[in-house]
Order: sequence, then structure tokens, then C-alpha cells
Amino acid sequence: MAEQKTITFIITRQDGPDSAPYEETFEVPYRKNMNVISGLMEIRKNPVNAKGEKTTPVQWDMNCLEEVCGACSMVINGVPRQSCAALVDELETPVRLAPMSTFPVVRDLIIDRERMFDALKQVKAWIPIDGTHDLGPGPRMPEKKRQWAYELSKCMTCGVCLESCPNVNDKSNFIGPAALSQARLFNAHPTGEMNKSERLDGLMQEGGVSGCGNAQNCVQVCPKGIPLTTSIAAMNRATNIQAFKNFFGSDNAH
Amino acid sequence: MAVHRELFNRRLHSLLGVVPIGLYLVTHLVVNHFAVYGEEEFNRAAGFMGNLPFLILLEIFVIYLPILFHAVLGVYIAFTANYNLKNYSFFRNWMFALQRITGIVTLIFIVWHVWETRVQKALGVVEVNYSLMESILSSPFMFWFYVVGVISTVFHFSNGLWGFMVTWGITQSPKSQKITTYGVVVVFLVLSYIGVRSLIAFAYGV
Repeated sequence: MAEQKTITFIITRQDGPDSAPYEETFEVPYRKNMNVISGLMEIRKNPVNAKGEKTTPVQWDMNCLEEVCGACSMVINGVPRQSCAALVDELETPVRLAPMSTFPVVRDLIIDRERMFDALKQVKAWIPIDGTHDLGPGPRMPEKKRQWAYELSKCMTCGVCLESCPNVNDKSNFIGPAALSQARLFNAHPTGEMNKSERLDGLMQEGGVSGCGNAQNCVQVCPKGIPLTTSIAAMNRATNIQAFKNFFGSDNAH
Repeated sequence: MAVHRELFNRRLHSLLGVVPIGLYLVTHLVVNHFAVYGEEEFNRAAGFMGNLPFLILLEIFVIYLPILFHAVLGVYIAFTANYNLKNYSFFRNWMFALQRITGIVTLIFIVWHVWETRVQKALGVVEVNYSLMESILSSPFMFWFYVVGVISTVFHFSNGLWGFMVTWGITQSPKSQKITTYGVVVVFLVLSYIGVRSLIAFAYGV
């Protein structure tokens, strides 16, 4: 049998949240159409590094395996993206894997995206519909609006936009592009609109919409093609108008 | 406004950069251009500006306080960013970095420029007129320092106009943001020409 072709993976590993990161190289047997995750699964099956030493299997996060859950985001050859959708045939070798640096590392390639969920809480990215009795159907949504709002709803909180943003870092409290766009999504909804000012208030707090510096990397790297910078500009406009309403007073400040 | 202090400060920062600082910058550069028409013309125009009624109040409220606020918050903004051009060399990311770099360069330039002209005038050491600028700019080092300073200032203003349009929610669609980019390129080229042309007039008398 011909010699098995291998793919080299250079992985930035970290044993725990407080330990120092280090690089480890692996030679993984090549299979046709393999993605980064199947490569990581091979390492898990046979955790031996390129020097032939037995090591611990590399840890990573994954869930849906079809680029809709956002859990398997990592930095692949310098680009933050989902490892499930990263086909090895389309990557330069050696394949370099690293955890996304904006987030705290749990272990190896697993990161903690909790700050993104905290940001969604800050902007109240949901629609409150619970009541003591049936409130009946809500107002209808114009089809054209539904179409662009649907694009915003594709956000999977994967963290790639935060990773690419120069203003999301430990020196600033900016919550990042994802939550700003989600506030726009729920404010566009006819029922969600009834709590519009509460979400705008979240955007106007520390770390909110004013943290954006218009580097616009987010819109370039978003795997779902969400018009994040349009959302941010829209929220700039909405928060400005809300601020004027709050200051001068308005019956429409709700 | 205490509740939304960060938002208020950032919005004020954006507004002050255009009104009054941007307007003052354009006025300043246009008045400088009188140098091209000769020493007398420049001295007459500079004399008019330097003898406006309530001058000290105009200076404090239209120039000094707004620039002080813009500079202090601006330096903070510049140093809280994590520059990542190596991995993301997109056009807007370059503009993001250049906006902050030119902000720092402009601040250094303005401090030196104000020290050399307005402060020296207040100390009674010099008169602000054509011959003062001629003597400063006849040194090649100072000439190039001023060229870099003026272009940096004009870049910061032009690109800042683009940011202003987004910050105030005027340009929302990618198309409008793109066309505004072309618009501010024209502003940058025109103001750079006016500024550098005056410097050449001071330094070389042509």
C-alpha cells in the first residue's frame, strides 16, 4: 500500500484557564474532504504528537457541525472562523489552530463566550410576551422588513466579530458588534418594538454602541454575512434620537 | 446625563471635532492661503482674525476648550484600541488605525505650533505675522514638520467627517458610507493643497 499522506496541525494549547499556552504539532492521516474537526477527532483517537510522544487529546468545542451554532469558532491560519466549515483541502498547510484571543481560554481550543451572553442581556435581546392571560396574536410585520430582519437573525453568537474588532479587548468594555445588531433585530420586530427604549437604554450604557470605532472588520469576517456595520449605524441613529427624546421629553420616548 | 456619561462624552467628542474645531481648521487654512498673494495680503487677513472682538472668549470657547476635550478623550480612545492590521488589513481597519495615529501626530504638531505662535505672542516675544512664519518655515526641518503636521491634521479631519456621519447615524447603508468615503477624499485633497500651498509660500516666497 502507498504511504499514507498526512496533514500537519500546529495547535496552540493551554492546559487550564491560568496555565501558559504552548504549541504542539500533530501529523494527522489525510482523508478526502476532511474538515478541521475531523482532523481534531483523529488526534483524539490517537493523541500522539509529531515527535511520537503520547500526549493529552486536544480539547475543542462543537455542536451542530453545520455552521449554525457558533460553538466551534477558533483561529484557523490567522482567521477566526468555524472549524466545522473549514475544509482541510482549502487550507494552507501546516494548519495552525489557536483559540480566539478575545475570550478567556478554558482549555486548548475551548473558550468561554459568556461575555457575549452578558451583552445580549445588557441590550435585552428578547421579546417579553409572558402574561397572565392569552394576549392574542401580535401585530403583523411587513414582508420587506422581515426579509432584512431575517438576515440579522442568522447571528449565532460565534464570537468571530468580537475577535476581529480592535475595540473589543481587556482595555475597553465594548460589548462588540453582535449584541448591537441583535438589539436592532428585536427593535425591528412589531412586538419587540414595544420595548424599544429598554434595548436602546442598554446600548447607551457603558460599553454600548459608543464603543464602536468603525474599523468595520466585523462585517468583513462575519461567517453569516450579517450587515453588522449597517446595524451599528442604525443603532447610532436610534440612540441619538432616543437621547434627544429623553432629554427634551417626548410622548414617544417609550 | 450622568447615566449615559460614556455615550454623551463620545458624542460630544464627535461633534466638537467638526463644530467648532473642523470649522476653525478650514477657516485657518483658508486665511493662511492669503500668504500666496503676498506678505501684505496675509498680514491684513491675519490682522483681521487677530483683532476680532471678544478674541480671548472666542479663543477659549471655540478653540481651546473644545480641542482640550477632544484631545484628552482622543488620546484615551487611541490607547484603548488593540491594533490588528496584520491579520485584518481591510481598508476601513487601516483608516481606523490612521485616524488614531494622525490624532496623536496632530496633537504633537498643534502643541508645538501653538507654543511657537500664540503663546510666544502672549508672552510678548513675537508678533504673529508673515515674517514670523517665514522665519520658522525657512528651516527645512520645520518646513517638513509643518507639512507632516498639516497633512496629518487634514487627514484626521477628513476621515473624522466620515466617522461623524456614521456616529450620528446619517450614513447607514454601505452605499452611502462608500460615497461619503469618496467625498472625504476630495475634502482631504483640497484642504491638503490649500494648507501645503501656504507653507510653500511662507518658506520659499512663491
